[in-house]
Amino acid sequence: MQKLPPPESMLTGWGRLPMPGREILAENLESITRGAVLSRGLGRSYGDSSLPAQASDRVVATRLANRILAFDPKTGVIRVEAGIALAELNRLFMPQGFFSPVTPGTKFVTIGGMVACDVHGKNHHCEGTFGAHVRWLKMRLADDSLIECTPTEHGDLFYGTIGGMGLLGHILEVEFRLHTISSPWVYMESERVHNIDEFLAALGKAAPAWPMTMGWIDCLSRGSSMGRGILMAGRWAKPEEAKAEPPRPAIQKTLPFELPNWALNPLTAKIFNSLYYWQHVSLHAKAVVSPEPFFYPLDAILEWNRGYGSRGFTQYQCVLPRQAGPEAVRAFMKLLVQLGGASPLCVIKDCGPEGKGVLSFPLEGTSIAVDMAVSPEIQRIVDSLNEFVIAAGGRIYLTKDRFTRADHYRAMDPRVDSFLALRETWDPQRRLRSAQSVRLFGDKA
Amino acid sequence: MKAVILGGTSGMGRAIAQRLAERGDSVFLLGIGETDLTRSAADLTARHPTQASVGHAELDLEKPEGFSSALDAADSALGGFDTVVVTAALFASQDALEADIELTRRLVTVNYANTVVFCEHVRKRLLSRGGGRLTVFSSVAGDRGRKPVAIYGSAKAGLSCYLEAMDHKYNAAGLSVLCVKPGFVKTGMTAGLKPPPFAGEPVQVARDVVRAMDTRKPVLYTPGMWALVMLVIRWLPRFVMRKINF
Ligand SMILES: Cc1cc2nc3c(=O)[nH]c(=O)nc-3n(C[C@H](O)[C@H](O)[C@H](O)COP(=O)(O)OP(=O)(O)OC[C@H]3O[C@@H](n4cnc5c(N)ncnc54)[C@H](O)[C@@H]3O)c2cc1C
Ligand SMILES: NC(=O)c1ccc[n+]([C@@H]2O[C@H](COP(=O)([O-])OP(=O)(O)OC[C@H]3O[C@@H](n4cnc5c(N)ncnc54)[C@H](OP(=O)(O)O)[C@@H]3O)[C@@H](O)[C@H]2O)c1
Repeated sequence: MQKLPPPESMLTGWGRLPMPGREILAENLESITRGAVLSRGLGRSYGDSSLPAQASDRVVATRLANRILAFDPKTGVIRVEAGIALAELNRLFMPQGFFSPVTPGTKFVTIGGMVACDVHGKNHHCEGTFGAHVRWLKMRLADDSLIECTPTEHGDLFYGTIGGMGLLGHILEVEFRLHTISSPWVYMESERVHNIDEFLAALGKAAPAWPMTMGWIDCLSRGSSMGRGILMAGRWAKPEEAKAEPPRPAIQKTLPFELPNWALNPLTAKIFNSLYYWQHVSLHAKAVVSPEPFFYPLDAILEWNRGYGSRGFTQYQCVLPRQAGPEAVRAFMKLLVQLGGASPLCVIKDCGPEGKGVLSFPLEGTSIAVDMAVSPEIQRIVDSLNEFVIAAGGRIYLTKDRFTRADHYRAMDPRVDSFLALRETWDPQRRLRSAQSVRLFGDKA
Repeated sequence: MKAVILGGTSGMGRAIAQRLAERGDSVFLLGIGETDLTRSAADLTARHPTQASVGHAELDLEKPEGFSSALDAADSALGGFDTVVVTAALFASQDALEADIELTRRLVTVNYANTVVFCEHVRKRLLSRGGGRLTVFSSVAGDRGRKPVAIYGSAKAGLSCYLEAMDHKYNAAGLSVLCVKPGFVKTGMTAGLKPPPFAGEPVQVARDVVRAMDTRKPVLYTPGMWALVMLVIRWLPRFVMRKINF
């Protein structure tokens, strides 16, 4: 008895640019994915990855499929339904001394979404992407059959699905291994960095010493202080460093309404201010902190994306290869500042080697991510940044993207051909599709 | 708590079962679909490090002849339960029900007659061991005869009335009856409907319900805002109710 949602509903990604569409919501993924063309998790991808190509497309919302099917405390191996949120796993398993091997900068994502986007975190230089820790997947394919795959069994499907943006099949169940942590607290050091060259050097120096690193860059600074900011490095605290009590669960506030378009995203503004604060206070700080502010500073305010107002926003994230050198990063920052439109803050991270996911985003080099309000200028800005990235041999992150042109995407990622070949094998009719796959792969609208 | 949950595989029932299991209460699942029950039992078992393996038995609200043996299974697995939660029910739109008399018969039988029969089995068992908790999901739809939920609401109205009377009659004997009246909650049951303002999430409902069970409240509106909404609706005059479509 599957009722159809009202036809007038709109779906949006995290960037809040709406598209007409309807979600089919129920617990049983095995039954609701039959005939569906796209699955979506918690809609934390910024652009159109999780949006339907057409309003009438059957889109499955996985978030009610939130069961843990097996957990072995001896090995940390866990099998879950794809709709379970990372926040739920953190809440249940952190107190028992386990944590996801990889976490993105928000915990409000589903495990299925983490596989489909092959997410990376602050530990990418050590642990690679989430996909590197996945052992087994159960999927529903475009022809409606069910299949199980592992790195060795239907390995092509397995690695195509990791980072495959849901285009090879619906992920129903995932098995991966949780890592043990030495305590539920994080030991963190932060360091003020004066410009982009210093930043790259500092990231490089921190990488072998710290399992987790990343930085915030002040995008407004120019000239000799261009790219100044704060480098953060951390590791799980040793039992003797950890505070005696468990970290308190995060207090969550919700941004209750949309802010007017001219208002600055209050969160970036907040972090921005603290950046200045740090500038004045200390060159080097050490602390034992709760994992919440360390991993998820933006989760403290639910629905902060309303801060950008009704115009919506996007994020531009690219990775520039190590071979392109620090000059490329410097030139990119310069271009970013020149083009305008960027929020005052961006996130920088040095990535480790490329993973095995056919379309997986990270490659060895420097990743830069910056939020941008949608304006009439946005297409021009994204085009210019993309042209730079193509020339530098880098690529963009599909889960953040909404404006990249098909020819640009093709030019920056030669792996597209292998991916399309996989689609030819597993979905020759290209039944599975999203608004993004129409835009970037030329699927039928 | 040693809780039996009928309907714990999905929706608000799942959220309640998870909440209880996570804090270490013992749980036992009743419902339809062996595979679904097994998967939910595994989920509950994994949610607390010392949770004993969660048991389950099949119980179909359309087959009252199986109620007693299912409760026997729960009793023996839990060593005598002290709490029963019922969230299982059918839902169909008023249009669908008006178009299909057989569906109407099924729905009012499951949601009212057989739910009461199940509760009677439970009541006798609990009273025989000095009381306990009986938590049953009715609905705000039972608070006033309304156009979009005319038939479904009438069964819930009957259920609310039964639960109220059970509280009056057996509270002194140690039976704590809780009648839960959810407003609109975003579950699979309401997936086809457009959420009104104050729509709730299953997790939020579970938190409210478990708290109400702990404090032995007799009636719970959840999300809380619906108490106010229904207060207004109950006082609207008939000529208004005839006009509006709420
Ligand atoms: C504040 C913030 C910080 C972030 N930080 C990071 C970060 O540090 N690193 C990083 O890598 N990412 C980051 N992200 C991006 C985020 O991790 C990804 O977009 C993630 O995949 C979103 O998960 P979701 O469940 O919301 O998926 P959705 O956004 O709903 O879907 C994303 C894609 O996955 C597909 N998909 C989802 N579920 C399934 C399924 N069951 N089967 C098949 N396909 C599926 C969808 O079709 C879509 O293509 C961040 C996002 C936000 C909002
Ligand atoms: N959601 C709302 O907005 C809302 C509002 C007011 C009141 N309620 C009430 O709240 C309760 C829970 O609803 P929910 O939204 O959580 O819905 P739900 O997820 O659909 O849960 C209903 C459960 O009842 C089970 N069920 C149906 N027929 C059954 C039968 N014959 N025997 C045994 N189990 C049966 C279903 O099993 P299957 O899935 O296997 O069919 C399902 O697990 C219901 O009593 C509902 O009437 C809900």
